[in-house]
Amino acid sequence: MKTLVWVEHEGGKIKDSTLPAVTAAAKLGEVHLLVAGKDVGKVAEAAAKIAGVGKVHVADDAALEHALAENVAPLVVELMGHHDAFITPATTTGKNIAPRVAALLDVMQVSDILSVESADTFTRPIYAGNAIATVQSTDAKKVLTVRGTAFEKAAAEGGSGTIEKVSGGKDVGLSKFVGAEIAASERPELTSAKIIVSGGRALGSSEQFHATIDPLADKLGAAVGASRAAVDAGYAPNDYQVGQTGKIVAPEVYIAIGISGAIQHLAGMKDSKVIVAINKDEDAPIFQIADIGLVGDLFKIVPELTQKL
Amino acid sequence: MKLLVAVKRVIDFNVKPRVKADGSGVDLANVKMSMNPFDEIAVEEAIRLKEKGAATEIVAVSVGPAKAQEALRTALAMGADRAILVQTDEEVEPLGVAKLLAKIAAEEDPGMIILGKQAIDDDSNQTGQMLAALLGWSQGTFASKVELDGGNAKVTREVDGGLETISLKLPAIVTTDLRLNEPRYASLPNIMKAKSKPLLVKSPEDYGVDAKPRLKTLKVVEPSKREAGVKVASVDELIGKLKTLGVVQ
Repeated sequence: MKTLVWVEHEGGKIKDSTLPAVTAAAKLGEVHLLVAGKDVGKVAEAAAKIAGVGKVHVADDAALEHALAENVAPLVVELMGHHDAFITPATTTGKNIAPRVAALLDVMQVSDILSVESADTFTRPIYAGNAIATVQSTDAKKVLTVRGTAFEKAAAEGGSGTIEKVSGGKDVGLSKFVGAEIAASERPELTSAKIIVSGGRALGSSEQFHATIDPLADKLGAAVGASRAAVDAGYAPNDYQVGQTGKIVAPEVYIAIGISGAIQHLAGMKDSKVIVAINKDEDAPIFQIADIGLVGDLFKIVPELTQKL
Repeated sequence: MKLLVAVKRVIDFNVKPRVKADGSGVDLANVKMSMNPFDEIAVEEAIRLKEKGAATEIVAVSVGPAKAQEALRTALAMGADRAILVQTDEEVEPLGVAKLLAKIAAEEDPGMIILGKQAIDDDSNQTGQMLAALLGWSQGTFASKVELDGGNAKVTREVDGGLETISLKLPAIVTTDLRLNEPRYASLPNIMKAKSKPLLVKSPEDYGVDAKPRLKTLKVVEPSKREAGVKVASVDELIGKLKTLGVVQ
């Protein structure tokens, strides 16, 4: 089987989210990559070095710069003429593009796969991860999005893929990029961080959230996350949200501070290796899944922890 | 401009789903069902556009069993003008739903179709994007803000790194994220009024759509459980544990 994997990149660099998708693709067969964007020669060269990669298709066009699904989908559909599976990471970019491609191919997509059981059978979470379904696709071609935390990252070095330019990727005139507010941060990215410090509604305000959570995260070299309640209340920006409808994370250590542990939050972090919970309510559901729990006032505990580490 | 909103009847978001012992799926017998929360946001956004004078009529559509009428009545009580139920007892996947919605869009000729970004039962996150593909329309997914401006819609999207704003040529598909708005509760008089609003019942065959599933569910199991660990009494003890686990030096 020939697979085509969507390469996520930003600022001339491949994003880590691409690498688990490559691993999933390798379980199905030959791995080809698609690098689409503007001035992406460097990205293509780096992509060719990912371990196990055969061919790297490069589409370089201004119309592809912001990965608008309307412009990207026809390009992918054309390449799918000689590929059997289209695979993207289950990121907001992947989730935006893959179903558009699937519908144009008349294929029912399998979203957010956790494992590859065979060439046509996959497991995926449903009901916010409260159940795991094993599904078999009866379509001739497959369209899959891959949950990054469920697969090992492919090695970024060691491959020797060949680069092939492809045409296509015109501006179909349906949508235009206007602007972006992308938070610049020195901290690691949530989905690939080894340690995450996450805050909930108990933080009480945006000021207290940052004054309490940020120093601990900086001390640990951790990424900062938040519960949906904290994001909805405006204490933290939307891209911090961990949960069913936010980001799915599985770091080595997840420190949940003032987070009660709603089902939809647990769905986003329960695969973390070690979960630490700090909460004043000893009956909070978060303690039922935490490896280490500490009951008490977070405004006393967290500064003390930060200072003593 | 006419607006179409798609709504799905799903397990209520407060209910913890239980996997059936035979592994065939999730037990939905005698379980509270409601409108998918993201779809409520879609209905609310449509109503706000109408209240601002940007839209003239709101048609709510659902694909599902006879009981999906309840979700449509909720949409009507919130402020939609009329409803269409494509009734079927078979499971219809996002691709099938998108095909049915595309046929309805061809009949109704809306300027915008608003859908929830995902349903909280199958968590697919596909229908809106698939519908946009089938209609050849623009798509603004995971929207946290929608502004109409002549023949275009400016949509702010919640993306992994933050927010992105795009301009869409109308007609367009918009899928809603959590922070687009806070849906209203239907008032009792409006719930009563909704009972007499038109609700048309159709079948997939009426639209000539083959909505047979493409995915076979082989089994459904519970995820592996996580056991509760230990509680510690102090920060020092916590740091000690973290050191034992090799998490901190």
